[in-house]
Amino acid sequence: MIPGLVALIFLLVPLIALIAQTPWESFPKIISSPEALEALRLSLLTSLAATALAAIFGIPMAWLLAREVLPFTGLLRALVIVPLLLPPVVSGVALLEALGRRGLIGGFLYDNFDITFPFTTVGVVIATTFVAMPFLIITLEGGFRSLHQRYEDAAATLGASPKRIFFRVTMPMVAPAAIAGLVLCWARALGEFGATITFAGNFPGVTQTMPLAVYTALESDRSVAIALSLVLLVVSVGVLVALRGRYLQTRAS
Amino acid sequence: MNKIIPALLAIVVTVGLGALFPSASGATTKPNAQPTVLTVSAAASLTDVFPVIADAFTKRFPNTVIKFNFAGSSTVMNQVIAGAPADIIATASEPTMQIGVDSKQVLRPLFFARNSLAIAVPAGNPANIKNLADLQRTGTLLGVCDTAVPCGSAAAQLFTKNKLNVTPVTRELDVRSLLGKVISGDLDAGVVYATDVKAAGSKVEFVEIPIKENVTTVYPIAMVAQSQSAVLSNRFVNFVRFSNTSQGILRAFGFAKPW
Repeated sequence: MIPGLVALIFLLVPLIALIAQTPWESFPKIISSPEALEALRLSLLTSLAATALAAIFGIPMAWLLAREVLPFTGLLRALVIVPLLLPPVVSGVALLEALGRRGLIGGFLYDNFDITFPFTTVGVVIATTFVAMPFLIITLEGGFRSLHQRYEDAAATLGASPKRIFFRVTMPMVAPAAIAGLVLCWARALGEFGATITFAGNFPGVTQTMPLAVYTALESDRSVAIALSLVLLVVSVGVLVALRGRYLQTRAS
Repeated sequence: MNKIIPALLAIVVTVGLGALFPSASGATTKPNAQPTVLTVSAAASLTDVFPVIADAFTKRFPNTVIKFNFAGSSTVMNQVIAGAPADIIATASEPTMQIGVDSKQVLRPLFFARNSLAIAVPAGNPANIKNLADLQRTGTLLGVCDTAVPCGSAAAQLFTKNKLNVTPVTRELDVRSLLGKVISGDLDAGVVYATDVKAAGSKVEFVEIPIKENVTTVYPIAMVAQSQSAVLSNRFVNFVRFSNTSQGILRAFGFAKPW
């Protein structure tokens, strides 16, 4: 019991300290400053864009893994999860090597089409999608797996097209897993720091998202950093409340 | 698998939160008995030269182990003020050191080196930067440090002093990550310290900034007030500032005399 309680205290104390250190008098002024609002706007924009991209490409990927359509599914599943376990800075370096101006693909895009990703908002979306999409895939794959294939088979015998089966049978039945996966993916995208600053750089209004603004503020004004951190903490708790069916239940029904 | 996923997510979420606050310096361990461990927190621009000076110091004073914590000057100062275990702190700016003096966390800083700015460009200088004015060209991807860190405030002074109208695309939080993006060719130019281009060797080219147009910074070093090894810490500070060995090493790495 004691080690468990140690874990609890260890996880909670820093959060409490953050709230305790929040400069409440200047808090409204700090979070309504143009810099903070700009960072918040950029964070919402990029994290939602990343979640949308993850949904468009990640949901089909999760289905492919769950139904073991592709060869070497086990290996593919492991590879898809790698960005989730990788230190985000490493992801940023890897993205630079792939999509930077002299990168594997980025070099080709720059030389032929004058397209560059680093130091652009699109670059932020790429970095956050790379880091966050595995959360959606891994959560949803579990959902697809626990769904018995007989429902899809039954729909097929009744003459439904594969597309119709996917949208009318499969997706509605895995909706809870899909929502949980999307929310986790979005929360991770919102908190992304390492890959973003490494791949996309740090410029207010273009690539400086909330976590980057926190880190930048830490260099000059600690109270600003704490106030901005609190905003992110509130969002995290909000995510938890949104997912209460999944994590706040004392017992699975 | 279904049981592993939530556990995995818990780990990942915790790690992810940690990544949000990357300034933690990591746990330090007390040595069992003999060698005295000195922890030196220093500005990122000292990353290459300090280990060499430390080697010379441990030759002179054996039974000493020197550990380093390199980050932006403000970061290391914040860590010291927040109570991170450090014996010595060296920053790339006087105002940053003054913050520590004012909060009584550091004692009697000494200036031990001086640095100036240079324009780093990727090998081959693809944007053909020849002087400061070229940084104003539209389409030039220019990187600087954020004004919160010394290399950034020095760059801002440089632009003001020379009445340049530049539009950087990124404000990096330490000079090494800025230089990394120049080396990788993702930036056309970066305003960095002269010593940083020297350290990067052939991976990067540089455009000198004439002395008249240039901005210089001084480097102070000081003992942290709560150092557990005051005598040795003081020795290290004096060694860096006064010994011919240390000053010779500093010259070799491109630092100028502060006096």
